[in-house]
Amino acid sequence: MIRQLSKYLTRHIDSFLMGCLFFTLLVGLFVLYSASAQSMDRIIAQLFNIVAAFGALWLASNIPPQQMERVALPLYAVGMLMLIGVALFGEVSHGARRWLHLGFMRIQPSELMRIAVPLLLAWYFSRREATPQLRDHAIGAILLAIPVLFIMKQPDLGTSLLIAASGFYVLFLAGLNWRLILGAVVLGGASTPILWSLMHDYQKKRIEILFDPYQDPLGSGYHTIQATIALGSGGIAGKGWLHGTQSQLDFLPERTTDFIFAVFGEEFGLLGNLLLLLLFGLIIGRGLYIALHAQSTFSRLLAGSITLTFFTYIFVNIGMVSGILPVVGVPLPLISYGGTSLVMLMLGFGILMSIHTHKTLVAS
Amino acid sequence: MRSRSELKNYQLENYHFRIRLIVAMVVVVICFGILASRFFFLQFNRYDYYQTLAENNRISLVPIVPNRGLILDRNGVILANNFFVYTLEITPSKIKDVEATINELSRFVEVSTADRKQFKKLRQQSHNFESVPIRTHLNEVEAAKFAVNRYRFPGVEIKSRLFRHYPQGKLGSHFLGYIGRMNDKDLESLSTSGDLSNYKGSDHIGKTGLEQSYEKSLHGTTGFQQVEIDADGHAVRVLSSTAPIPGNNLVLAVDSKLQSITEEAFGDHRGALVAINPKNGEVLAYVSMPTFDPNLFVDGIDSDSWKELNESLDKPLINRPLRGLYPPGSTFKPFVAMAGLENGKREPPFSISDPGFYILPGSPHRYRDWKPTGHGMVDIQRAITVSCDTFFYGLALDLGIDRLTSFVRHFGFGKKTGIDIDGEISGLLPTPEWKYRRWKQRWFPGETIIVGIGQGYTLVTPLQLAQATVALANNGTAIQPRLVSSIQDNLTGISHPQPVVDVDKIELQQKNIDIVRAGMVGVMLPGGTAASAGANSPYSIAAKTGSAQVVGIKQNEKYNASAISERHRDHALFIAYAPADDPTIAIAVIVENGGHGGSVAAPIARRVMDYYLLGKVPEKAPVAEEVKPVDAAAPTEDIHD
Repeated sequence: MIRQLSKYLTRHIDSFLMGCLFFTLLVGLFVLYSASAQSMDRIIAQLFNIVAAFGALWLASNIPPQQMERVALPLYAVGMLMLIGVALFGEVSHGARRWLHLGFMRIQPSELMRIAVPLLLAWYFSRREATPQLRDHAIGAILLAIPVLFIMKQPDLGTSLLIAASGFYVLFLAGLNWRLILGAVVLGGASTPILWSLMHDYQKKRIEILFDPYQDPLGSGYHTIQATIALGSGGIAGKGWLHGTQSQLDFLPERTTDFIFAVFGEEFGLLGNLLLLLLFGLIIGRGLYIALHAQSTFSRLLAGSITLTFFTYIFVNIGMVSGILPVVGVPLPLISYGGTSLVMLMLGFGILMSIHTHKTLVAS
Repeated sequence: MRSRSELKNYQLENYHFRIRLIVAMVVVVICFGILASRFFFLQFNRYDYYQTLAENNRISLVPIVPNRGLILDRNGVILANNFFVYTLEITPSKIKDVEATINELSRFVEVSTADRKQFKKLRQQSHNFESVPIRTHLNEVEAAKFAVNRYRFPGVEIKSRLFRHYPQGKLGSHFLGYIGRMNDKDLESLSTSGDLSNYKGSDHIGKTGLEQSYEKSLHGTTGFQQVEIDADGHAVRVLSSTAPIPGNNLVLAVDSKLQSITEEAFGDHRGALVAINPKNGEVLAYVSMPTFDPNLFVDGIDSDSWKELNESLDKPLINRPLRGLYPPGSTFKPFVAMAGLENGKREPPFSISDPGFYILPGSPHRYRDWKPTGHGMVDIQRAITVSCDTFFYGLALDLGIDRLTSFVRHFGFGKKTGIDIDGEISGLLPTPEWKYRRWKQRWFPGETIIVGIGQGYTLVTPLQLAQATVALANNGTAIQPRLVSSIQDNLTGISHPQPVVDVDKIELQQKNIDIVRAGMVGVMLPGGTAASAGANSPYSIAAKTGSAQVVGIKQNEKYNASAISERHRDHALFIAYAPADDPTIAIAVIVENGGHGGSVAAPIARRVMDYYLLGKVPEKAPVAEEVKPVDAAAPTEDIHD
């Protein structure tokens, strides 16, 4: 009976991916315990988040890809409506207009778009030909650009960049012309000054400080300086769990969320960092493997995008903490404290599992 | 062109997708490679660098300032101590807008522009998390006012800090000296001597006098707390703690009662007095008049007080015993006499018949005696007692300048006494070589003659004169004078007596000693130049009076003390030791523009000896005897005594 139940429950679970996720989340809890100054409350709250996230993962893994294809457009439409709603009468908090108050709850539509955008683009390109035309890519790009611009306007640079990346991965995997990519890179380079002028002062500052954090050592540069000190002083083997001076003594800001990697790197050192990178590499590898073996265009575009977006999170976050990328608010997947991003992330992994386990059911 | 309805070419699509995925995989690997190499760079290559940065972040040494040692007189009377003062202090790291906070504070507690300046200066010198005083010496009303409103001022608190205090005020300020706030120069010298780390957290240092010369002993050893601090600079926990070692106490030889009797005895006169125990060199009284209140300097002197002290014609800031230069005048004569006796130039019963002047052979110039009519028949003993110039003119010439100076140098003339405070100057014992070096001129015999009566180029400090008197009282042993008799360990209470240092010794024959002493004893007896000051003394005093000219009086010009400005009158000098046969005190006194040594300087010395030897406290405070113009009719040349 129990056996049957567990078999039913794990029918669509990819055990390799699940194992990796589980282990990474466990590591995350240990780091969080240290980063939160041994706060059991934080751990319990995060455990709730994890439970909710696994619920989302389980649900997503049980939805066949075909069903997802069906909800792609409506989900995108609802998401866009909410984004417009935010822009019109969103709630302002910390100088950003990101939330929509629905009376009983406050939601952040940009989170929904993290899933809705790749879904929609995968759906769109799955309905195109094997080699999509320039027109198809143009339409795809527009579908992508609208929510990204809305979110950038909130302003939420981190999320908008990541959604842009997730959309770009679909376009790329769907066969975006190499010359176009090259052209975009050149164009992007050329339009940098324009973009620069459009940016908020705080965004500009962040980029300036990336190149010289000591410009403002006690202000915006402080994060980067203290994080690199934390990492560097971790050395090869690290200072040991709960013994990171930078983190335990409050020198690291936002150390349970965006800067949690500095805590990890300080306490577990170079070896820990490489192991964590390996762990992430395994997850990414598994994701790409799933994408490679997915049977429909929709599935593989979606699986590829989800996996590469996950990679982007990691690269942007660690790059920012270790001082090679500007500071943008991006959490470290599976490690940083926070419910929403974790749920969305695990939802993505659920979709990956669904794609992988529903293969046999797909009629070609 | 294929239309949308056309069947998809799955194989082609698969192939393209594969390539794209491989490209993506390569990008992922490259990006992870970049991250990994960044880890290598930070955590392997630059580990030491970041390790240091992290430690610097983490650990802060909080100094614990030691209590400064006390200064006590020989009887345990406190001359310098420490007391707690309420200070209002700001910790800049705890405050957003320091300037605004100070403005707000000034509504409750007076904050002057000087306070703000001082705060700014101190803040630059300290860590952000250290508290810096914005106001010191808060009175109780101010402290209460602040206490009531303190909730408005997070990051501002009342602390009590130790301040130096000189409870006797002006008494002995010249040898005590004072402490003041450390300046760049102090920091630099501490840094050169390697003591800078011992001054972390201290903001005062000895500037003059004993406070300066015994700084190392008084200051003690700074303690440290190794404190782990967080990003806001709050101490999280103490990692280790080293208690400070309080500074040592200085126990002086000075008797503060004697000191105050002496200072009072000077009245309004300017001058200096040094009294030394000839047996061990201990300074019993060290007076420089006028004096000042060292408390003014402790926390930075205000400009008005400074101006007043610095610009006063009386020059209260000059340390006269140490740095005042005066011609010794006739007080030099006993030493010249001793030189004559020891060199066999004037062995008794040698005597001269003094006509009132001396003529250098082959010169028309008359060197006058202070007594125009002359002293009649004078032997060496009487020459001292009556201060016969003529006798010493001849003696000096007979001795010759080299023999004379090299002999008296043993008494300490022309060199520093080595007293235990800084800034001493060495005076001047002129020689032909010196003159040539200084003026590129040869030495004239006439210059030797006037050296015989302590005039000419000869210059002494009161301290030197006192040391020479000690050597005389000691039968030729010159001792280094010292103010500190012992240094007391503040923790164990054990006293370490300071050693007696003999700086020079000249073998003198007892018979010659007896002659000079007899001549000096006569000075205080009827017929001597200080007979009135010596009247009714139950103990015998050996002394010599002197006066030193301030303005040159031309030959044949009449000297009229009342006619010339008081500041141009002669300095009155006096040296003495008592009891004459077994001296326990030796004194040198100089009263600036006092006129006559016997009438102004000698009574001051008499009071000192009376108190020291008999415990006799003078009834009325100052002597303030009016300067009597000395025989207005008497024509005099360089001296009159």
